[in-house]
Amino acid sequence: MKLPIVDHPTAAKPFVTNEDRSHWHDDALWFVRVKRDRQASSVPEWEYLRERASAIKTHTIANLGDYLEQFERNATARGATVHWAADAEEHNAIVLKILRQHGTQRIVKSKSMLTEECGLNPYLENNGIEVVDTDLGERIVQLREETPSHIVLPAIHIKKEEVGQTFHTHLGTDAGASDPQYLTEAARNHLRNKFLAGEVGITGVNFGIAETGGFVVCTNEGNADLGVSLPKVHIACMGIEKMIPSLADLSVFTRLLARSATGQPVTTYTSHFHGPKDDNSELHIVLVDNGRTRLRGNDTFRPAMHCIRCGACMNTCPVYRRSGGHSYRATVPGPIGSVLSPSRDAKSYKSLPYACSLCGSCSDVCPVKIPLHHQLLAWRGELVGNGLLPLSKRVAMKTASFLFQRPGLYRTAGSMGRTALRVLPHFVTHNRFNTWTKARELPKPPRESFRQWYIANRGNPQRRDSVNGNATTHANTRSNGDAS
Amino acid sequence: MTVALFVPCYIDQFFPQVAVATLELLESLGLDVVFPDGQTCCGQPMANTGCNSDTAPVARRFVELFTGYDAVICPSGSCTAMVRHHYAEYFADDDPAFTSVRDRTFELCEYIHDVHGGRIPDVCFPHRVSVHQSCHGLRELGLGSQSERMVQRPDKVAAVLNQVQGIELMPLTRVDECCGFGGTFAVNEADVSAAMGRDRIADHSGSGSEVIVSADMSCLMHLQGILRRQQNRLQVMHVSEVLVGRELETAPLAAAQRS
Ligand code: SF4
Repeated sequence: MKLPIVDHPTAAKPFVTNEDRSHWHDDALWFVRVKRDRQASSVPEWEYLRERASAIKTHTIANLGDYLEQFERNATARGATVHWAADAEEHNAIVLKILRQHGTQRIVKSKSMLTEECGLNPYLENNGIEVVDTDLGERIVQLREETPSHIVLPAIHIKKEEVGQTFHTHLGTDAGASDPQYLTEAARNHLRNKFLAGEVGITGVNFGIAETGGFVVCTNEGNADLGVSLPKVHIACMGIEKMIPSLADLSVFTRLLARSATGQPVTTYTSHFHGPKDDNSELHIVLVDNGRTRLRGNDTFRPAMHCIRCGACMNTCPVYRRSGGHSYRATVPGPIGSVLSPSRDAKSYKSLPYACSLCGSCSDVCPVKIPLHHQLLAWRGELVGNGLLPLSKRVAMKTASFLFQRPGLYRTAGSMGRTALRVLPHFVTHNRFNTWTKARELPKPPRESFRQWYIANRGNPQRRDSVNGNATTHANTRSNGDAS
Repeated sequence: MTVALFVPCYIDQFFPQVAVATLELLESLGLDVVFPDGQTCCGQPMANTGCNSDTAPVARRFVELFTGYDAVICPSGSCTAMVRHHYAEYFADDDPAFTSVRDRTFELCEYIHDVHGGRIPDVCFPHRVSVHQSCHGLRELGLGSQSERMVQRPDKVAAVLNQVQGIELMPLTRVDECCGFGGTFAVNEADVSAAMGRDRIADHSGSGSEVIVSADMSCLMHLQGILRRQQNRLQVMHVSEVLVGRELETAPLAAAQRS
């Protein structure tokens, strides 16, 4: 699905300048982040697990072709049908074909960022098939005709009063009701009927296991299991990076995933699927590339394929928490989304690598050790290299570099700048053309720079007479001038 | 020990008192401090924008200027991290001038803690202080423990500050949240940046602190800008100013109101 692309600062503005909502969103995600810290600290070998997980992913991605083939062989031997999709269109067409073969009118779907990425819902709906998202949060955004704003907590941007309103409109709950218990109950009853009427169940995949040909789906609501237990047909949509070599490796990831995602020791349901459930059933696995092979070919950004979609980098990101997931205009928002989106379309997503203060919290929270903030920095270099940085910024940086290479000029410019700030009236220096002063005062400029102070109090600074050293300390460098 | 003082451009121009305090502090530790002439900037603004070709000549100048000292000491975690962790791409791996400058460049508190035995001269600062950990100091230089990683590290800034008589370090709710400065981020993403800054200030204010102290003046410049806009009495001071016994300003508001 093509989302409208705008500049991140512009897209973020309505959310972040609505202080109540921004604070509320920030607090909700920080709460999850704190829960994560508590869980992570309860595992003494936490950092070792991260190291292991990262190493397993590096190994798997280096040998991805082999593991995918092994997976296909073993899954087929268990009676599953494996399909390969090069891109989103192919993925959607494969799913539709299977649905048509069974004359399907309605499907139940558990949460899957991959199907979101491929725009499966609108595609199927355009083809006359009713799609019911069974994850509660996902169902809420679906009813509101929105997209998820977070990969683990799709409706984190919606307040419970707003959920009450949505349910009142669509499910007939009492007007003004906002009690979570009541609303959840209503959603459960509503979904129960949908589950019973679902003809095909579609799920995502958290981990595909090459050694066994099985796969694992992690949920907290059990909706994936419910969704596929009644229908005769189960379609599992899986990005090729979800592969891991063996069942033993799985344990590393299940220990990290829920702790990082929501601060739970483990997800409520960790469901294993090994082939169709009985002789009358079908299991289809669609393996999707959709740009992943291209990412794999890039030395700098390849580690982004390690991502297990836990969402921890979003919860910790101070920009995401205050600007909301929709400000990224991408299926995957937050730090990892800002790495992945420009790799799909650098031009449209060029503002995302700059939607980051480079605090580095994301890299250190990531359970699979993706150096996220370094990748965002690397993206900035790529964007500049591809001529995608706005000219004004490019010129500003060129000018700065020019000055910093010429100390004399730098000093003159500095002193002129300080004088200007000192003598110009406040309204000239603090206006809407100066972005810094939108919410901040400029520093009060001192009369002299440190260098000027140094010369006055300590004598001439040390000079290098040649590039290769030979420092000469002038006779009066260490005068006993009073420092104060 | 001959150490070189590196004064980042914005400190040189806007906060000379921080560089003066740093110089005095280092001298009071008995070090022979030189201030190499011709220094400007470490190149971080360009590097963080992705303008690598504009950064390279600035980085090379820096290494040429600062080569040959026992240590290069900088009152900024962020600029130190630039030299230590981001210069590599502008030099050959085995360039001896680069590797020696990289390995000898220290943030001020880090130098005192790791190289100079941790002791500071007697000084008194009878105030309630809350410490702002800068992201680069914390996560890139490892100046303290961080909440994301399950690794314990000594808090070097607090260890130095704790020796100051009369000082009371106030606890924060979010110990290591970013202040929202982020270099050009503060201008590119002004709304988000300011929201982050206001939240940081609320946490520091809520702690009962009188002054936010940090090893990074850049974070403080941003926070101070917001404090002044808010006409908030909370002050900011660089750690070096506290360590040489500078006084807290008495009437910050009068000075803040320009217009
Ligand atoms: S990048 Fe890391 S922290 Fe972010 S969602 Fe992926 S695995 Fe989780």
